[in-house]
Amino acid sequence: MGLLNRLDDPIQGDGIILGTVEDILNWGRSKSDWYLQFGLACCAIEFMALNASHFDMMRFGAIPRTSPRQADFIIVSGTVTLKMADRIKTLYEQMSEPRYVMSMGSCSNSGGPYWEHGYHVLKGVDRIIPVDVYVPGCPPRPEAFFEGLVKLQKMISTQAIFRKREKMSPEDLAALELRQKKVREYQERVKQENADYNDVNRKIYTGYSLDYLKKEESK
Amino acid sequence: MTANEIYDKLKAEFGDDILAFSEDASTEAFITVRPQRITEVCLYLRDEPEFLFDYMVNLSGVDYKTNMTVVYHLYSLPKNHRIVLKVELDRDTPLVPTVEKVWKTANWHEREAFDMFGIVFEGHPFMVRILCPYDWEGYPLRKDYKEPETYHGIKVAY
Ligand code: SF4
Repeated sequence: MGLLNRLDDPIQGDGIILGTVEDILNWGRSKSDWYLQFGLACCAIEFMALNASHFDMMRFGAIPRTSPRQADFIIVSGTVTLKMADRIKTLYEQMSEPRYVMSMGSCSNSGGPYWEHGYHVLKGVDRIIPVDVYVPGCPPRPEAFFEGLVKLQKMISTQAIFRKREKMSPEDLAALELRQKKVREYQERVKQENADYNDVNRKIYTGYSLDYLKKEESK
Repeated sequence: MTANEIYDKLKAEFGDDILAFSEDASTEAFITVRPQRITEVCLYLRDEPEFLFDYMVNLSGVDYKTNMTVVYHLYSLPKNHRIVLKVELDRDTPLVPTVEKVWKTANWHEREAFDMFGIVFEGHPFMVRILCPYDWEGYPLRKDYKEPETYHGIKVAY
C-alpha cells in the first residue's frame, strides 16, 4: 500500500516509477517467496511456531506450499537422515528455477548433535543440495530464522536477471568459469560411465539447468 | 505377585526350560527362558488367570558380545504386577520364535530388533527392516558394527 500511496502523491507521484525491469521483478520475487515446508525433527516444532500468529511468518510474504512445484525455496528444518537424503534431492529437483535453499538448525547445517556417532545422519544437507542461507542454532530462535529469511530476500532482490556476466566481479566470474569447467568435465565422465544419460541429472547437481549449460557449451 | 512367586510357578509348569532367575539389586528381577519355549511361556503368562500379563511393555535386543539377548518387559493391567523375561541366543545365528501371535505389539518391536541386531524371529509374518532403509548393510547396534563409508554415493563420516 505504501507504494500505491506514493504513486498517488500529488508532488512525488503522477503514477510514474522509474527503474529497471530487473529491479521490479526482483522486488516482486523477494517479497513473495513461497516455501516448501519440510519439517524433519525438533527444529520443525520451532518452525511451526514461526507460522503461528505470534511470529506470523506470512508478513514477510512467505507462504507455505505443500508442493515443490509451487515453491521458490525449501526450508530444511531438522535432522536429515541418509534415508531422507534421497527424497530431499528428489524434492529439490522438482522445484522450478530459480530455487533457493535455507538450512535451519545445526542438524541440517552440519549433522548437529549427531555429527560424530550418527551413522545414519547426513552431516550437512549441503552435501546433496546447494544451501543459500544457513541458520545456526539448536533449534534457532524465530528471530534468528527471520534474520536468515531477510538475508535470503536481500540476496534475491540483488540478483542479476539479465546480462548476468557483465555484472559479476572478475573474481566471481573466474570462479564461475572454473566451476563450470569442472562441472562439464564431471558431466562428461559421468556420461561416459553411464550409458543412460537421463541418470546424469539425478547423479549430479550442476547449479545450472542443463539447457543453460548446453547453451554455454555451444558458445 | 512378586517375581519370585512367578518364577516358582513357571518352574513348576515348565521345569528345565526355565533356566535361571536373577535378582540383581541394580535391575529388575528377570527370568531366563530357553529360547525354543518362549512362545509357550508367554502364552501361559498371558492366559493363566493368576498372571494375566495382557500388556507387552517393551521388547528389545541387547548385544552382550558373548551372546545376543532379547528382553521382554511384561505388565498385567488387571493384576498390577510386572516381570522381565530374557532369552539368550547364539551371537552368529540369533534365532528365536516370535511372540507376535501372543501380543500384536510385538510385531514392530521384533522388526526393530531385527533391524538393529539382526535377530531373526521365526514365524513373524513380515520380517523386514523397519527404521533403516531396505538396502542398508549391517545391523547398527551390534558391537562389531562398522559405519559405512558412503551411502548412495554420499560420504557418511563428518
Ligand atoms: S538442530 Fe537441534 S533442534 Fe534442530 S533438529 Fe537438530 S537436534 Fe533438533
